[in-house]
Amino acid sequence: MNEAPRQRGDNRRDLRMFGHYFQLGLLSLRRNPALTALMVMAIGFGVAASMITYSVFRAVSGNPIPGKSARLFTPQVDGWGPQQNLKGEPAEALGYTDAMALMRARVAKRQTLLYPVQLSVMPGGNRDLPLNANGYAVTADFFTMFEVPFRYGSGWGAQDDDARAGDVVISSELNQKLFGGADSVGRALSLGGHDYRVVGVASHWNPRPRFYDLFSTSGFADEPDIYMVFNRALDLRMRTAGRNSCRGSLAYTTWQGYLQSNCVWITPWVELANPAEVASYRSFLANYAADQQRAGRFGWAANVRLRDVTQWLDYEHVVPPESRIALVVALGFFLICLVNTIGLLLAKFMRRAGEIGVRRALGATRGEIYTQYLVEAGTVGLAGGLLGLLLTALGVSGVGILFQPEIARLAQLDVSLVGLTLVVAVVATVLAAFYPAWRAAHVQPAWQLKSS
Amino acid sequence: MHIQIRPILTALRRHKAGTLLIALQIALTLAIVCNALFIIHQRLANLSAASGVDEANVFVVANMWADLGQSTEQIDAQVRADLLALRQLPAVREATPASGYPLRGGGWDNFITMTPEQTTPTTDAAVYTGDEHFIDALGLKLVAGRHFRPDEVMVMGTQQAITPPTAIVSKALADRLFPDGDALGKSFYAMGATPSTIVGIVDPLHRQGVDQWSNTYAGQALIWPMRADDARGIYYIVRARPGQLADAMREAPKALFAQSRLRIIDPKDGVQDYATIRHKVYDRDRGMAILMGIICTVLLAITAAGIVGLTSFWVGQRRKQIGVRRALGARQRDILAYFLTENFLISTTGVVLGTVLAIAFNLWTVTRFEMSHMSMAYVGIGVVVLLLLGQGAVLAPALRASRVSPVEATRSV
Repeated sequence: MNEAPRQRGDNRRDLRMFGHYFQLGLLSLRRNPALTALMVMAIGFGVAASMITYSVFRAVSGNPIPGKSARLFTPQVDGWGPQQNLKGEPAEALGYTDAMALMRARVAKRQTLLYPVQLSVMPGGNRDLPLNANGYAVTADFFTMFEVPFRYGSGWGAQDDDARAGDVVISSELNQKLFGGADSVGRALSLGGHDYRVVGVASHWNPRPRFYDLFSTSGFADEPDIYMVFNRALDLRMRTAGRNSCRGSLAYTTWQGYLQSNCVWITPWVELANPAEVASYRSFLANYAADQQRAGRFGWAANVRLRDVTQWLDYEHVVPPESRIALVVALGFFLICLVNTIGLLLAKFMRRAGEIGVRRALGATRGEIYTQYLVEAGTVGLAGGLLGLLLTALGVSGVGILFQPEIARLAQLDVSLVGLTLVVAVVATVLAAFYPAWRAAHVQPAWQLKSS
Repeated sequence: MHIQIRPILTALRRHKAGTLLIALQIALTLAIVCNALFIIHQRLANLSAASGVDEANVFVVANMWADLGQSTEQIDAQVRADLLALRQLPAVREATPASGYPLRGGGWDNFITMTPEQTTPTTDAAVYTGDEHFIDALGLKLVAGRHFRPDEVMVMGTQQAITPPTAIVSKALADRLFPDGDALGKSFYAMGATPSTIVGIVDPLHRQGVDQWSNTYAGQALIWPMRADDARGIYYIVRARPGQLADAMREAPKALFAQSRLRIIDPKDGVQDYATIRHKVYDRDRGMAILMGIICTVLLAITAAGIVGLTSFWVGQRRKQIGVRRALGARQRDILAYFLTENFLISTTGVVLGTVLAIAFNLWTVTRFEMSHMSMAYVGIGVVVLLLLGQGAVLAPALRASRVSPVEATRSV
């Protein structure tokens, strides 16, 4: 029955002591200003370097579609053979023949084909010059598979794919430019000399890295302006605005010739809900490649891959090596700053050996000395963290000098980064203080008193 | 001057933690600094790679066609009219149509074989296309052979893979294919059924990308005499008369829009001079060099400050002992030498450990990021820098120690 009040009293005492130690810490910060400034700077620079590079790394290594990344897969089929493929790996995209065959088989519940297109919006209204519009030729499932959010309207249906319709989905930004941000669903649009109809306006949607097109982009391109019907783009013989990779001797001079070449330029995606579906799609792919071998189209054994989003990001090395190296070097830098801090804390605490001796002789326990010095170190850490925060803010805004603009833009100082900066600074400094504080707590009272 | 090492070692044994911390800090600093120096040097070398282009006077217009339904003939007529208009500008010396340009940051490249049947390519080369004015428009140096003749220039439509019978190649490619130096007049296959004969050699000519994967093909490029009349658009590479770059860059888009308004030249980066092109393409390299430079500088400063701090503490702790030594006849320089030697011993331990760490870190980046092996020269430089840094940092506290008066021996702490 008496337990509770006593405990509360203890807590209050602990809190009071903590406050007292904190004040002592602040006081001690002023006692050796040079040494303190040195420690605060070391921690500040160390934590800032780590946080700046981490903010970039966090941005480029994030999961662009967290809810579905394990259910979206990109199939690869080796159409080049062991002598011309990528050191045993199939090409990173498909040619027309294989892409259409996978699409027609309809083995996956949802599937899409896509490639980048470059379009132009013809002059009209108050614009006297044409406008560039970049985007993708995609099939109907694209919008549902990748969970594209819509401001107005929606994507198109499978029947529109088959009807090779002139439907387009445009970005909010293009909608703003062309229609002043109004609901433009149903409006006509002239693109590159052909007529289209707006069926949907996407809300801001630009997953980074752009997992769905790592064949043509490095993953950090600007938001696409437009999405058009894949079959329609083929009808208009639109060459990819992205990468095109071929092998052997090329001699095509017509669109049909190009489609039948071994050039790869189409990225396929399938959505598979569970391991059973994945397994069956995998065997479908292998069978497809084996059929091609039997038919004499491939002169080699089936060589197929089925990677999900995370595996695909990893395989395509989406995180720039610069970002990783920078993070590792910055962490190394932080480590050195901490080693430095341990040494300086040791010097700072041991300088007060006499004072500690007196306190111990007057009855202070080792635990109390220990706590006092850890709290004092925490104070130093907090000061370092505040400096680190300032430097991080400065660094994140100037990170454009260090990384490519499209990647630097992703680095942001948000609440979580602010919190992390302070927590890392304080925790790291307190950890660094374990040994110096332990040494301080083990000062022999008698010995110190004697020598003074 | 005779320096006693043994008493120093004995004294250090009483300051194990501090000694260990300084040595560890020096080791880690060495590991980071020499790898950072290596990265900086590599990246800076990239930054200054020669393109072969007369960069002071050349700019590029990225021209996109608005009407995507034009026939190849229509596009070719427009391209020729555009070029005529550009070449007539007073500030313009020369202009050429192109499908890409050096330092564009990625672009067209083809495998090269010596026979059409060969499946494993001999090498890889950047592919440029242009008309008979290409060499002069870029300001390339023709070191052998001749320029293209107007009648050699072919037309390539959007869906076409065409192999012209002649080509001008970079010296690097010529030497790679024909190491005996007799490339002129010889032919090769660049993913076509028919060969291209080398009629000229330029030196140098940078490839379009600067990616690491294409480093093996650095400097290997070929130029085909073609107007690439792609339905989507074309690049015009324009060389201004000396000192008239700004005028030419202002006039060129106007002249083009006067020819036809159904085109898109991005107001932001549709017209770029080579300073901008070079700046953009080396973003990553420059950024890495700057970051590593900042980290190196701050790191060295912090390590030095750390040494000053700890040594000052030791000096403060040992004032009485120093006083005793002085009273027993040690000169000021003996005390100075004592602290300098002490630091040298600690630093040497640190750099030995640091050398191991530095090499380990480099090997890790080699396996993880396909970076190259670091020359031991960087470790050597790092070792010298850190030893000097240590001596420099310890100098001030050591001087203070040397001025401790013998009277201190009689005082209590």
